[in-house]
Amino acid sequence: MSSSGSARTVDARLSGFATLPWRRIILVVLGATIAFVAVAGAYKTLTLPEGERYSGDFWIDQIVNGLGQGAILALIALGYTLVYGILRMINFAHGEVFMAGAFISFFFADAYLKSGFLDSNTYLALLILLVVSIAGSTLVAILLERIAYRPLRNAPRLVPLITAIGASLFIANAFRGFFGPQPYGYPLPTLLQGSIGIFGISVARVQLLVFVTAIVAMVALQLFVNRSRTGRSMRAVAEDSEIASLMGINVDRIVVITFIVGGILAGIAGLLFALTFQQVQFTMGFKPGIAAFTAAVLGGIGSIGGAALGGFVLGVLQAVGPPLLLTGFGIPSPFSLKDAFVFLVLILVLVFRPGGLLGSGEAEKV
Amino acid sequence: MKRRPWLTVIATVAALALVASACSNDDGGGDSGGGDTETAAADEFGTVEIAEGEPINIGSLLVISGADAALGQDSQNGAVLAADYLDGTFDGTDGQLLGHDIQWSHEDELCTAEGGQAGGTALSADPSIVAVIGTSCSSAALGVADTIMSEKGILLFSPSNTNPALTSEEAHQPFYARTAHNDRIQGAIVAEYALNEQGATKLATIHDESPYTQGLTAAAAVNFEAGDGTVTVQEQINSEDTDFKPLLRSIAEGDPDVLYAPVFVAACSLILKQAAEIMPDVTIMASDGCMSSDTLKNAGDAVDGVFLSSPDISVFQEGEFYSNEFIPAYEEQFGTEPTSVFHAHAFDATNVLFDAIEQVAVENDDGSLSIPRTALRDAVFATSGYEGLTGIITCTELGDCATDVTIGIFEGPNWPVEGGAKPDTPVYSDTKSLDDVL
Repeated sequence: MSSSGSARTVDARLSGFATLPWRRIILVVLGATIAFVAVAGAYKTLTLPEGERYSGDFWIDQIVNGLGQGAILALIALGYTLVYGILRMINFAHGEVFMAGAFISFFFADAYLKSGFLDSNTYLALLILLVVSIAGSTLVAILLERIAYRPLRNAPRLVPLITAIGASLFIANAFRGFFGPQPYGYPLPTLLQGSIGIFGISVARVQLLVFVTAIVAMVALQLFVNRSRTGRSMRAVAEDSEIASLMGINVDRIVVITFIVGGILAGIAGLLFALTFQQVQFTMGFKPGIAAFTAAVLGGIGSIGGAALGGFVLGVLQAVGPPLLLTGFGIPSPFSLKDAFVFLVLILVLVFRPGGLLGSGEAEKV
Repeated sequence: MKRRPWLTVIATVAALALVASACSNDDGGGDSGGGDTETAAADEFGTVEIAEGEPINIGSLLVISGADAALGQDSQNGAVLAADYLDGTFDGTDGQLLGHDIQWSHEDELCTAEGGQAGGTALSADPSIVAVIGTSCSSAALGVADTIMSEKGILLFSPSNTNPALTSEEAHQPFYARTAHNDRIQGAIVAEYALNEQGATKLATIHDESPYTQGLTAAAAVNFEAGDGTVTVQEQINSEDTDFKPLLRSIAEGDPDVLYAPVFVAACSLILKQAAEIMPDVTIMASDGCMSSDTLKNAGDAVDGVFLSSPDISVFQEGEFYSNEFIPAYEEQFGTEPTSVFHAHAFDATNVLFDAIEQVAVENDDGSLSIPRTALRDAVFATSGYEGLTGIITCTELGDCATDVTIGIFEGPNWPVEGGAKPDTPVYSDTKSLDDVL
């Protein structure tokens, strides 16, 4: 064999080497490794010796709690996704829209508790609180759009993003200025205290309320977007706002309506959150806001079904993931790693499905 | 010739450096030469010179804004009252120390490490500051204000830091001391109460990564295990979270008898409510960080049967001077009842400081005052048997001046704060010294 011949072979090998689908191979190896670690962790956790092992009830309780949390996250995530679908911007102040509803309804709830109305007419009181919370969130959302975002509609994309972060800090600190930095205890009507058994599983009443309300709100949103005339206009603006405006759709009006719908959902979420945790504080919007934004991206930002799915997946992951995958490896305090865990999952989902779980990546829908 | 400019530059720099070092030597010499005594000349950190008619400048570094302002403002009031009492009466006008007025420089430490850094830097940059009363929160002192002050030789005297690390062999900074109790004692009494009074054999703890909560849970766990108890798990939370149910549910798996979660108000009320739901049979304990009117309001029924540990101020409330003179003066001058328990510790710290200044300050012939920094520190650390509002104050080499500490356990809702039920006396109380505990 001549030396030139062997060099050619190496060349050919190299070119073959270079044409291998490396991206795919790396992804598959990465995916397999992660799947192996996850399965190994879960296996080790579930086969811990008797006495150290979590009970079956433990997992059921965690899933139920995770779904309850997820329902609230899903409602907030829908607000992110709707605005993104229409304006292609992340409304980072949406967590504060959520906080505003919960905080404003607190003053009514507190008054109703003191007058006894909360327990004597629980259903009516809850309905009024819901309306107040929705009104509070919607008002903040409208003002936000009108004052902070509309003047910047045609500015480069980074400008409204920074404005949104500024607006978020402004709203939170305005509430701090008005009502002080201390947490307020939100009253829970007697009717909602305690838990009930469903198929042998004990579910807190308030969690059941959260779950049902959230599902109803999501179905209503789906019907509104798909069936109503305004909903059709929203979809048209999301598709192409310029052409939609040529077709006679008032884009400004649709944008305001989108913020209103996001505000309504945030208001519902605010009340449900306040009832679940019975505490409101001016900082309460930040963490759920970030979590819901994560949920929206996880599900596929711009997709309504994706935001809802993302919320529930995130809620359950937060409750079940850390103990399931980390305890087996002997990692102490697994729950303190839940944020790190959630973002790891987010990154992995985005590596394998850049558009999110239900997003198509390219054509974002509302 | 071409190299000449370089030589000039180098020569100039060298000359400047020489001059600069000579100058700084002169400065040092000038300082010590200014004081007319040998003590002052020998002091490593120099002396504070106060001209005739000038005030003695004392710093305060407490949390005086935000959610924890009640804690720091209360201490600040206590310190200010000590200056008022220099003339032997609480009359609203400050007395004088060695013929000089007291001037306060109040800084805010925000109850964070960042706040301790900013406020500490501001105070240490002022050469007229003799000493600083602070900080309120351990997080503002530990590795931050205590280090900044010690580097400049300024005494930092805390009325309310309780974290054990601050006065530990490893971390103690030479110019740091405190009149607040060391949480090694509070943690030990929590463990003792859980073991002996609750008959607990299994303990779980939660901290929020802050020095205060870590110190308490670690001390409680060590002493609980020393009493033949089992610590099922030592968990940590992020204090900004709201949903602690997954964590509490996993703690419940270990089936503890007592859950000790000495976290701050917002997280504490959430944990009390969620624990009442998830583990109704477990006794919940917490500490003074949770003891607030806000917790009582927010947690509602969930505070019933929750045991909080806190310095037992009923011990010094019985004192004649405290209840007949100090508290009426406090209420008259600040228009409120004390909002925390550390006003008395601040009053004591400030008085110990004033005594130490009187001991070491040199009154010069021209009416000026020289206060050598190291000697001042040594005088404070040498305090022994001083009778303060909070009891007998004797400082150890590591800066712990509250040696015998009485900790009470208070059962909710009978907590000694605004809005608590009466009687607000402790259900258990014990006095220990640092030598008694692990």
